[in-house]
Amino acid sequence: MHIMYFTERPYRDVPEDEVIKNRSFFGVPNRFYDAQVGARLYNEYLDEDVYAEEVGFDGIMLNEHHGNPFCMGAVMNVEAAILARITKKARIVLLGNPLPVVKNPVRLAEELAEIDLISKGRLVPGWVRGAGSEQIFNQANPAYNREYFNEAHDLVMACWTKPGPFRWEGKHFNFRYVNPWVLPYQKPRPPIWIPGVISAETVIWCAKHKYPYIGLGTALQSTVELWNLYGQTAAQEGYLAGTENFGYLQQIHVAETEEQAQQQGRAALFGGGAANFSRPEHTLPPGYNSKEATRRLAKQATDYGFLGITSEKLKESQSGDVRHIGIPKQNGDTRDKLRRGEVSIEEAKRKIYANYQKAQDGLQIIIGTPKTVIPKLKLIMEVLRPGVFGLFQANGPLTTQQRLTSIRLMGQEVLPAMREIAKGLGIVDPFEREPGSRPYTAGTQYDSLVDLEALKRAPKRDESVRV
Amino acid sequence: MAEWTEEITHIAGTDLAMIKGGKGKPLLVLHEELGHPGWMSYHQELAKDRSLIIPIQPGYGKSPRVDAIRNVHELGLFYIRMLNEMNLAPIDVIGFSIGGWAAAEMASANSKIFRKMVLVAPSGIKPAEGEILDIFAVTIGTQVNATIHDAAATPEFRKLYGGERTPEQFEAFEEARTESARIAWDPILNNPSLPFFLQGVKGLPTQIIWGREDATVPVSAAAAYKDALKNTDVKLTIFDHCGHRPEIEKSAEFVKLVREFLA
Amino acid sequence: MILMYFTERPYRDVPEDEVIKNRAFFGVPNRFFDRDVGARLYNEYLDEMVYAEDVGFDAIMLNEHHGTPFCMGAVMNVEASILARITKKARIVLLGNPLPTFKNPLRIAEELATIDCISHGRLVPGWVRGAGSEQIFNEANPAYNREYFEEAHDLILAAWTRPGPFRWEGKHFNYRYVNPWVTPYQKPHPPIMIPGVLSPETVVWCAKHRYPYLGLGTALSATAELWNIYGDTAAQEGYVAGSENFGYLQHVFVAETEEKAQELGKAHLFGGGQGAFSRPEHTLPPGYNSKEATKRLARTMTAGSGGFLGVSAEQLGRAKTNDDQPGNLQQVADSTRRRLARGEATIEEAKAAIYKSYQKAQDGLQIITGTPKTVIPKIRTILEVLRPGVFGVFQSQGPVSFEDRMTSIRLLGQEVLPAVRDIAKELGILDPFERQPGTRPYTTGTKRDQLISLEALRAQS
Repeated sequence: MHIMYFTERPYRDVPEDEVIKNRSFFGVPNRFYDAQVGARLYNEYLDEDVYAEEVGFDGIMLNEHHGNPFCMGAVMNVEAAILARITKKARIVLLGNPLPVVKNPVRLAEELAEIDLISKGRLVPGWVRGAGSEQIFNQANPAYNREYFNEAHDLVMACWTKPGPFRWEGKHFNFRYVNPWVLPYQKPRPPIWIPGVISAETVIWCAKHKYPYIGLGTALQSTVELWNLYGQTAAQEGYLAGTENFGYLQQIHVAETEEQAQQQGRAALFGGGAANFSRPEHTLPPGYNSKEATRRLAKQATDYGFLGITSEKLKESQSGDVRHIGIPKQNGDTRDKLRRGEVSIEEAKRKIYANYQKAQDGLQIIIGTPKTVIPKLKLIMEVLRPGVFGLFQANGPLTTQQRLTSIRLMGQEVLPAMREIAKGLGIVDPFEREPGSRPYTAGTQYDSLVDLEALKRAPKRDESVRV
Repeated sequence: MAEWTEEITHIAGTDLAMIKGGKGKPLLVLHEELGHPGWMSYHQELAKDRSLIIPIQPGYGKSPRVDAIRNVHELGLFYIRMLNEMNLAPIDVIGFSIGGWAAAEMASANSKIFRKMVLVAPSGIKPAEGEILDIFAVTIGTQVNATIHDAAATPEFRKLYGGERTPEQFEAFEEARTESARIAWDPILNNPSLPFFLQGVKGLPTQIIWGREDATVPVSAAAAYKDALKNTDVKLTIFDHCGHRPEIEKSAEFVKLVREFLA
Repeated sequence: MILMYFTERPYRDVPEDEVIKNRAFFGVPNRFFDRDVGARLYNEYLDEMVYAEDVGFDAIMLNEHHGTPFCMGAVMNVEASILARITKKARIVLLGNPLPTFKNPLRIAEELATIDCISHGRLVPGWVRGAGSEQIFNEANPAYNREYFEEAHDLILAAWTRPGPFRWEGKHFNYRYVNPWVTPYQKPHPPIMIPGVLSPETVVWCAKHRYPYLGLGTALSATAELWNIYGDTAAQEGYVAGSENFGYLQHVFVAETEEKAQELGKAHLFGGGQGAFSRPEHTLPPGYNSKEATKRLARTMTAGSGGFLGVSAEQLGRAKTNDDQPGNLQQVADSTRRRLARGEATIEEAKAAIYKSYQKAQDGLQIITGTPKTVIPKIRTILEVLRPGVFGVFQSQGPVSFEDRMTSIRLLGQEVLPAVRDIAKELGILDPFERQPGTRPYTTGTKRDQLISLEALRAQS
């Protein structure tokens, strides 16, 4: 099992009131960024990564978001570059560069190749379409989002595997002389992992490419559905999917005592958490979602994803802030009410933190001592059987020491337990078994990718709780 | 009584949906970025003595997307091709918002395609003051709301948008916004070259209509359009207490003005 | 004085014959790239840079080139990122990101801000228009090269200094929501330095922006001319330019003995050196150079002057060429290449022609190689002529061993740098951190500072 440490590298100093006033993290004006704090935080996060490698994590995961105090990794490849040099054996997992916003995919191919070389072959690039806010920030036409993604992906692959020089004339990119001198260390190319929230198209695309799919903390029921979809697609493609094709990311905080853990773990809800990542108008710009995905989104009551896309949110994005348009707005969530001036910031905060226990019950966040978190992780592992597991440090105002302690306890006690559990469950990771390497004979039965019995034992997520 | 019909015609390389209604000389109507609003009172009035031809823009409603249309200029070229194949040129045109921008692009490419042109609060030229609303970074509700100055005084607006939003309506809006993002995302709802080419328009009487309180395309863009069309006969009329949709906010005055101009 | 260590991070293992056959480094097919060599070299270069900081260099310089074994820093910001973390006090000088090639300049603003923060304010960003080959490699329209450069520059500075969110609607770039969360450590923004070869427009632009201009090893007389242009422009802008406004990059290689230095110094000519950077068709794509710059380029291509990018008079279509005479590096490389292209020369002959110019290259100060004792006086000459506040030492480009390169760094640190600092003090040379460029007001009608020494220049030629 490949276990990776993840922090979103949040700017933990942002005043919570500003986030709540702004009704999301994205768009908090950048005058609230203090470079001295930023400098300290970046380096502390790098220290955490090095420490995580020391205590036994197999990989360090990074992610990328723009214009958002939620994540300082606007250009996470900077941190990836540093990790290539200052870590020794951990894999550097990028989940993921938003291809549609990069604009020069050849440069990205060169950049990732350099990082892979400096690390002597430890890079795991990953790509995303990017949240709506990334399109707006980077001026990337959302109507072409999927096309940009697909073509940029193909172009980067060509840079890495097709001998240059050659010409690329695509729909969205033209390059008259592709011949990058620097090529990746790993051959034929680095392994690619793709993170996702709820998009069926992404899952199918992954399965067709044999890329492991990493579920970003999505509700177990929905995740199970998506993995079965992956498995079916894999079968159609002629191979057997298995644990090596899946990964899962889980928010978690560990402390020495349950009391400390419960006290500190509230940080995961800071500012409204991922549900307040960006406002509706920035989350789903026009053309971003296919019709199919939009319909599915509307139907799905349970899932929230990491970017706060609930069915409520979807309706918000349609009807927005206007009383006489569409559905009357007597209801509507706290942010809605905040905008209309119907609640104060204090009330909004109260509502956020009121969900703390529910968020734990629904496994959106796992808070406790090693002893109390391990069983919860075990349940997830039983249900989903992921070959890759990411432990996601809380985003809120924890102290550096609290974070390091959490890492230490995870390394010392949680990871060994997880490895045992994984062995017992027969879970292998993508480095132990190459994804897509097992042929599937049509008509035969294949092993279940998930454990539906275990799923029955798992708590149902309260859809009104947003973290 | 059937005031209007919808038909699908194979024309200009695609199966284009078109609304037709009225009798008299043909009048080309290019709808706004939210789509054809339905048969409004201004359509009804104008249809009394004009035969309205309202193409449903490719990518909207039943008209399939045309990939070769990558920007609003090419949308204009598409409509020129359509007019030529339908043998309708020269024709009178009235364009609303992005439809007005498309009409301007058509005139800049070949002003002989039109006899007279009415532009109603067109996007397409950056205003000297204020910014064109970035309709793609706001919710549909905000976008729609920003088109009207005083909703309470605009009964047709409530008719359009009051009541429960149906899933179909939502989808239609999303579709419309997707297609307009596709062709007008960058530059932000304008074509920096348009003023230069509009200067080449001669012999095309033009009426520009705007609402002073337009919150979608600021009224200072009207002056920019008027200035660009300096080499032809151009009139500018600005309605007070009016937003982006004079055709429903000041319907009676609007219809009177247009009728007189097109006579 | 800022003393800077620079290596182009060449892929020293590329077969020289391939370079010569290809008639340039740019465009050597990438099947000659070996991953183990690449991985080793990147890490060794990082080791060199850390060592350079240890032995006393004030700054580490990086550069960026695409699609060429001449320089592995296709995305030098990767190395800059690493240096931000693994060095402690050295400035990290990027000369420079080719702005026209980025397509998303806002991302570069974020990237550089992140690096500046991680380094606690040691970044010195620098920007270039980029060689012709970079435009071709990155599909950047050369006809808009200068416009892209200037607008991207303005946008990045706005992103750094103007509170967000705001809209940017330019000629080439539009952004509907500029609000980068991460802004630079250094306020109001990091100091910027601009490297250049021979473009007077670039020099004038720098002077107007009060950015120090760093000459990339250009011939002394041509460089002196450019600095006077800078000085005149500065005066028009109302300030006095001085040593703080200038930098110079010079190839220097040091060994324990003169004999060794002479043997190893030859490596800088490997494959044809700068003269073989890229072929003419890639060097000057259409629209890239203004008419003025082209004329100047043609005039300054005299013996002893070699651009860094293989731009010779021949390439500009100047009438007379004399193929048989070993002239400056440029002419040699270019004329031999043309004969090679026509099948009139063999690879062996081409190589011989390249290395025949070794002594002349030393005489012309294109190459400085020796023991500390013999290189110091040569550096002194440059300092006397040009008085640059920033002096970059450019490590060998060719197949010299890692150990020999490190020895060069050590000897530089131990013996050369201290001597250079003394000379600088003696000459009254200040760097941009000792005196902020553009802070001394100029009174019209008065004499501005002498930026160069004509006597020293004459003595050298």
